[in-house]
Amino acid sequence: MSQDTSFGYSDIVMDHFTNPRNVLRTSEEEYAASGVGMVGNPTCGDMMKVWIKVDDQDRIYDLKWKTFGCASAIGSTSMMSVMVTENGGMQIDQALKIKPQDIMDRLGGLPSIKIHCSVLGDKALRSVIQDYLKRTGREDLIHEGKATIVCECLNVTDKEIEEEVLEGVTDFETLQERTKISTGCGKCRPSAEALFETYRAKYFG
Amino acid sequence: MNERRRVYFDHNATTPVHPAVLEAMLPYLKEQYGNPSSGHQFGRAVRNRIAEAREIVAAALGAKPAEIYFTSGGTESDNLAIKGYAWANRKTNGGAIVTSSIEHPAVLEVVKYLGKNGFQTRILKVGPDALVDLGEVREALDAGVALISVMHGNNEVGSIQPVAEIAAMAKERGAAMHTDAVQTFMKIPVKVDELGVDMLSLSGHKINAPKGVGALYVRKGIKLTPLNHGGHHERGVRAGTENVPGIIGLAKAVELGVANMEENARRARELRDELERRILAEIPFVIVNGHRERRTPNTLNVTFECVEGEALLINLDMAGIAISTGSACSSGSLDPSHVLMAMGIPHELIHGSLRFSVGHENTREDIDYVMRHLPRIIASVREISPLWDVKNQRVVSVEEAAAGARIARK
Ligand SMILES: Cc1ncc(COP(=O)(O)O)c(C=O)c1O
Repeated sequence: MSQDTSFGYSDIVMDHFTNPRNVLRTSEEEYAASGVGMVGNPTCGDMMKVWIKVDDQDRIYDLKWKTFGCASAIGSTSMMSVMVTENGGMQIDQALKIKPQDIMDRLGGLPSIKIHCSVLGDKALRSVIQDYLKRTGREDLIHEGKATIVCECLNVTDKEIEEEVLEGVTDFETLQERTKISTGCGKCRPSAEALFETYRAKYFG
Repeated sequence: MNERRRVYFDHNATTPVHPAVLEAMLPYLKEQYGNPSSGHQFGRAVRNRIAEAREIVAAALGAKPAEIYFTSGGTESDNLAIKGYAWANRKTNGGAIVTSSIEHPAVLEVVKYLGKNGFQTRILKVGPDALVDLGEVREALDAGVALISVMHGNNEVGSIQPVAEIAAMAKERGAAMHTDAVQTFMKIPVKVDELGVDMLSLSGHKINAPKGVGALYVRKGIKLTPLNHGGHHERGVRAGTENVPGIIGLAKAVELGVANMEENARRARELRDELERRILAEIPFVIVNGHRERRTPNTLNVTFECVEGEALLINLDMAGIAISTGSACSSGSLDPSHVLMAMGIPHELIHGSLRFSVGHENTREDIDYVMRHLPRIIASVREISPLWDVKNQRVVSVEEAAAGARIARK
């Protein structure tokens, strides 16, 4: 991979960027999705909207997306769409197990500063599946519970901060490495830090 | 029609070395290798040429040769001016330093550093046109200031600050004035007495001289503490054996620049205006950033709504077109352009900003080439943006995009 032609991206990322798979090319109405999800915010530089079609066996047989963002955001969403729909499509419980790292691995890695883009791809997928579960009256299968978003940019919730604290994260930098919280526009940093300290005090204070 | 070119529209980042500049430099990389500090003929020959180079640069600025100090470039000139002045004049008005929020990091980071090390500092706001407010400048100066540094032309949007007015106010109040003229030197007239500044930075590689050479003008009587201590080079202000080929190249570029400034500026402005006109005419939802008139003649900064700059930059690069973007995603940090932020431009519009900066070798064909690719690239990136309504060819808000998500839910 030569740096000077690919901006530090792998050939796979560049391939998905220049030839994105599964982009929604019709209108939303025409597509008639079983579930729709949207994550991120243009203020932060990344926003993804994802639509899925699910059969009555809970298999995602089609997924379409649109992304506002850089090459790695576009590449991550495109790769996520391939992973979900290849081999006839994934069951929703399998799809919910996709981790940012899995998307990154399939992309042949991302520059460290772009890792948050793969996190967003994973969140977009979870958001669209949650929407589908809600529509089919199975909110109980949504594990996130009623979480509130703290970091708008990277869609990190209070629940996740709590989980990280429970897993033993003791400083904000590590929390950021793991969740990418406050690495977008940075506006949420004061509240995120305060919340982090609150959970630390609650469990280890 | 499908011919492939390489088109460089990033001259505010750097410029190619002019062939005559390279020609002038070559002897100093070969047979003219003497150290200008040496007494023998090898040294003397070179010393004389450095003296001539100093005269050429001084004349271009309307300064005296003894007021020109050669440096390693714009960054060092800015550092030497600000740190050097701050350290030598701590007692003037409490050593307070004022600058603007849209400076190049070579100024802004220096001022922030001094702020963390015991100096009072203040960073001036700018308006949506990227210009400082003279009322705020006056108020800042009235509080007592040792040094004010406000750039002449901005590298990202090209806006030209009212430097002469600021310098006059500074002078009345006993403050020194520095300006970073890296982006205006050889593009518009830059005369130290007309501007009334005490110090002025310039850089070789923005004016078709090589990288790693620049100069700082320091008005007679101004005291600076050196950054480099060592030998007596540059009259003790900047120790280190001179970058002889670089200095010779800088002087040659200045000579050429002075002789052709009006013609070069006119051509750059024509091409820039043509590019701007065509972008606005041929691509919808475009915003020009910065002051439209008070602007360096070669600079165009535009936002393409609902797309992200890095995606554009890569697509343009694949077509052979070199530009830069204010988007966070390509900056190596996670922050979008501090200049566009200071102008109050919403983040989502900064992410879609591109800077085109024209140079001497650009032609009308380059503009035609860009306009054969840019509309297609913008359209293709918009087609995959959730904030673009393909059917009606318009930008939608986040709320509308979210509402669309709800409609699909039935
Ligand atoms: C306004 C301005 N100041 C300073 C510099 C730094 O100059 P140099 O690259 O010569 O250190 C630049 C160029 O990057 C610039 O545009």
